[in-house]
Amino acid sequence: MSQFQAGSPVDPAVARRAQRLWIAVLAVIAALLVVRAWVGTEVGSGPSAQVVHGYGMVYVEQKGAMHVQVPASAWAEAVAADPAQRQVTVSWPRTVGVWIAALMTLAVLSFLWRDNPVYKLAESVVVGVSAGYVMSTAVWSSLVDQVFGKLAPGLTKEWLSPGLTVTETDWWALVPLVLGMLLLCRLSAKLSWVGMFPLAFVVGVFSGWRFVQYVESDLLAQVATMFDPLYVPGPTAAATVGGTLCAVLVLVGVLSVLAYFFFSLEHKGPVGGAARVGIWYLMITFGASFGLTVMGRIALFAARCEFLFDDWLWLIDPAGKH
Amino acid sequence: MSRSVAVLVASVAALAMVLSKFIVPMESAETTVAEWFNAAAAIAFVLGGASLLKMNLLAISARGPGWGYSAVTLLAFLATLGVGLLKVGVAPSVAYPGHRMSGSTDAEGGALWWLYEYAMSPITGTLFAMLAFYVASAAFRAFRAKNAAAMFLLGTAFIVLLGRTYAGVVVTSWIPADMPWVSWLRLENLSAVIMSVFTTAGTRAMIIGIAIGVAATGIKIMIGLDRSYLGAGSGGGNG
Amino acid sequence: MASHGGQPSFLERLDRMDRRWIFLAMFVAVAAPILWVGVTGKTFPEAPTPAVQGAFDAVDSLPPGARVLISMDFDPASAGELQPMATAIVRHCVLRGHRICAMTLWPAGGPMIDGTMQDVLGDRPDWKYGEQWVNLGYRAGFEGVMKQMNSRVALAYATDVRKTPLGDIPMMKGIEGIADFDLLVSVSAGYAGAKEWVQYSVSPTLTGPRPLRFVAGSTGVQTPQLIPYYPNQMAGILGAIKGAAEYEFLVNEAVRKADPNAVVPAKFQEAQRRMAPQLFGHVLMVALIVLGNVVFVGLRGREARA
Repeated sequence: MSQFQAGSPVDPAVARRAQRLWIAVLAVIAALLVVRAWVGTEVGSGPSAQVVHGYGMVYVEQKGAMHVQVPASAWAEAVAADPAQRQVTVSWPRTVGVWIAALMTLAVLSFLWRDNPVYKLAESVVVGVSAGYVMSTAVWSSLVDQVFGKLAPGLTKEWLSPGLTVTETDWWALVPLVLGMLLLCRLSAKLSWVGMFPLAFVVGVFSGWRFVQYVESDLLAQVATMFDPLYVPGPTAAATVGGTLCAVLVLVGVLSVLAYFFFSLEHKGPVGGAARVGIWYLMITFGASFGLTVMGRIALFAARCEFLFDDWLWLIDPAGKH
Repeated sequence: MSRSVAVLVASVAALAMVLSKFIVPMESAETTVAEWFNAAAAIAFVLGGASLLKMNLLAISARGPGWGYSAVTLLAFLATLGVGLLKVGVAPSVAYPGHRMSGSTDAEGGALWWLYEYAMSPITGTLFAMLAFYVASAAFRAFRAKNAAAMFLLGTAFIVLLGRTYAGVVVTSWIPADMPWVSWLRLENLSAVIMSVFTTAGTRAMIIGIAIGVAATGIKIMIGLDRSYLGAGSGGGNG
Repeated sequence: MASHGGQPSFLERLDRMDRRWIFLAMFVAVAAPILWVGVTGKTFPEAPTPAVQGAFDAVDSLPPGARVLISMDFDPASAGELQPMATAIVRHCVLRGHRICAMTLWPAGGPMIDGTMQDVLGDRPDWKYGEQWVNLGYRAGFEGVMKQMNSRVALAYATDVRKTPLGDIPMMKGIEGIADFDLLVSVSAGYAGAKEWVQYSVSPTLTGPRPLRFVAGSTGVQTPQLIPYYPNQMAGILGAIKGAAEYEFLVNEAVRKADPNAVVPAKFQEAQRRMAPQLFGHVLMVALIVLGNVVFVGLRGREARA
């Protein structure tokens, strides 16, 4: 790979080279996918083993009204027992889904090369689907039972939520409905001022709750830990020394970091010294946070790689899914 | 006038929630308010969806650059909302097999589940996974040990990065594990000490400071001093 | 600044290196171990840390039949880290015979519950829904849901996901408020999650007659924020994929101790498998930081000399 410059969009030679490179890369990927299909995968074991020349396929077994995903080996065994069986079959919606998921994954990863229409398309899809998903989930899980069910229990129970336990109309449910309608007025430029009332309600409730719980849990309980004994006896001398030293270091650390964040006193003399120690503690804290953040991000990418290599390409099968 | 009413609403709500913690008869009021709050939170999601609809419709009608992507977003949103609200493909619940709408909207096998599993899940997962690459690039370009504090930070990062994997075990395997006076120097033990001592201390102090800040902000809202949530002036209302 | 005759030096070329080379290195560092582990099935041994051991002991010490509330407060964006954690905890509860009540505060958390329970209970037809486990699903409101559940669970969840009223579910009999559960577990990716559970539901019970025991699993980003709550306000923390791997190891060891001939299914070693790409990814990060600083020091020295 040479020092590939993104190139000026007005330079036709660079644009042509970029286009040829893209075509070459896509052709290589397509060729590899074809080779993978031709190589095939053996599923099942012993006399029921079958070679499947596809991949990314999902098999399901019918159980009552539902279809439950099963490994490809289950399909191989079912076919070996009865070639005409229809109990365990390929699920084409799910198989198409895996391929779409894989292509969308690659589309998003293509952003690492540079921004491109395919990435933008995937981004647009996820924004729309996420918003639609969250909205329909919120409506069904909360609004249907908590608002509509309380205002019109009979209709709601008959048409929408058969397990509704409310039998009589609860007119207090009008309050959140009205609050919600006022909130929706924020969509209108003329009426958006009306939306400040439900917002004020939410902010007020939230701040009241947080006031109590932050003081109880984060202030009082945390300060109480600073009164834990500094002498920590252990089963051995080393454990006692270690435990005691750790307790002292924690206390010193909390006090010194608090000194650093206390800006009403100038950081000079003893306060300045404590603040400097606090900075060391904070640097160590941030270093540890960085390490853990890296760990998290790599785990997320590892999960995507597993999906591509396992669920889509069938190159590995660590969990025995196929 | 309307802003004053809104400030009053916020103050009264905040004060009521604080008092309900200490006045037993007010506990039932708190749970009722929680119910309203939850319903309002659900309606806020509806507001989000409606706002998305409005913004994308505007973008499409303006025919600005990239309006096609807005069309895709809108199509995806409406399709997902449609199949979600109508519970397309969702099998009835085993408790109410004769009632078409009794199943859970995101139950496996339904259309909404399909969109979640094969569109939303992989794309959001990959978007966040890309951060692994950016953090690597940032590590090469930006993390410079320019002073002692930065060296502390990087040194700790090295200990935690190596100590939380088998690499740490290998690098310091020469330190005896059965000698407690020195075994804490093994990278895996050192990273645990860093978490349990230094990170605990640093974060505890930050938590205490944040709690004091939240309490101060809460008091300012209760006495009407903090009005930032109302925005900068509003049309149609005054005061 | 170029050196001889305007040609950039090696350090300068390194400093201006296209970041896509770094992307490629990260891709190889993660993908290659995944393929290697996938083919060989080898994993690294894990040594549990005290916080993870505390979480394990909190679940293990409960008597069989104890009721555990598990809140899966995460979505697909964090599933790579947290799904193995959730699976390991649910599996541990099932092995100990605890009754599980699953819920979520995140809109996209519902399928996370379904997937986890399916993974663990898929080959356990003896586990009856309603008697040994129940899925309450999602409710909007975050802290509002917690507030309701503190006084009465049925206020937040009148029915489960199957629309069965809570009072008709056998395993929920006797559960009034959240403190009636024997253990609360939150597998959390952010807000609302473990921190809010500590603040709103756990801390208020600690000075009462029946403190609510709490165990948290969190992403790497959130773990430092939760550490100060351990051990006074929570019994244990599973921090990032490493915590998940240690917990999985403990559960699998317990299985092997009970039955030396037991074969642990590969699907219950997901976090341990992901520690291999972690190792190479972390080594690469350290190498990149060192290399970046070598370049920085080298170029700064050259400027000083010039």
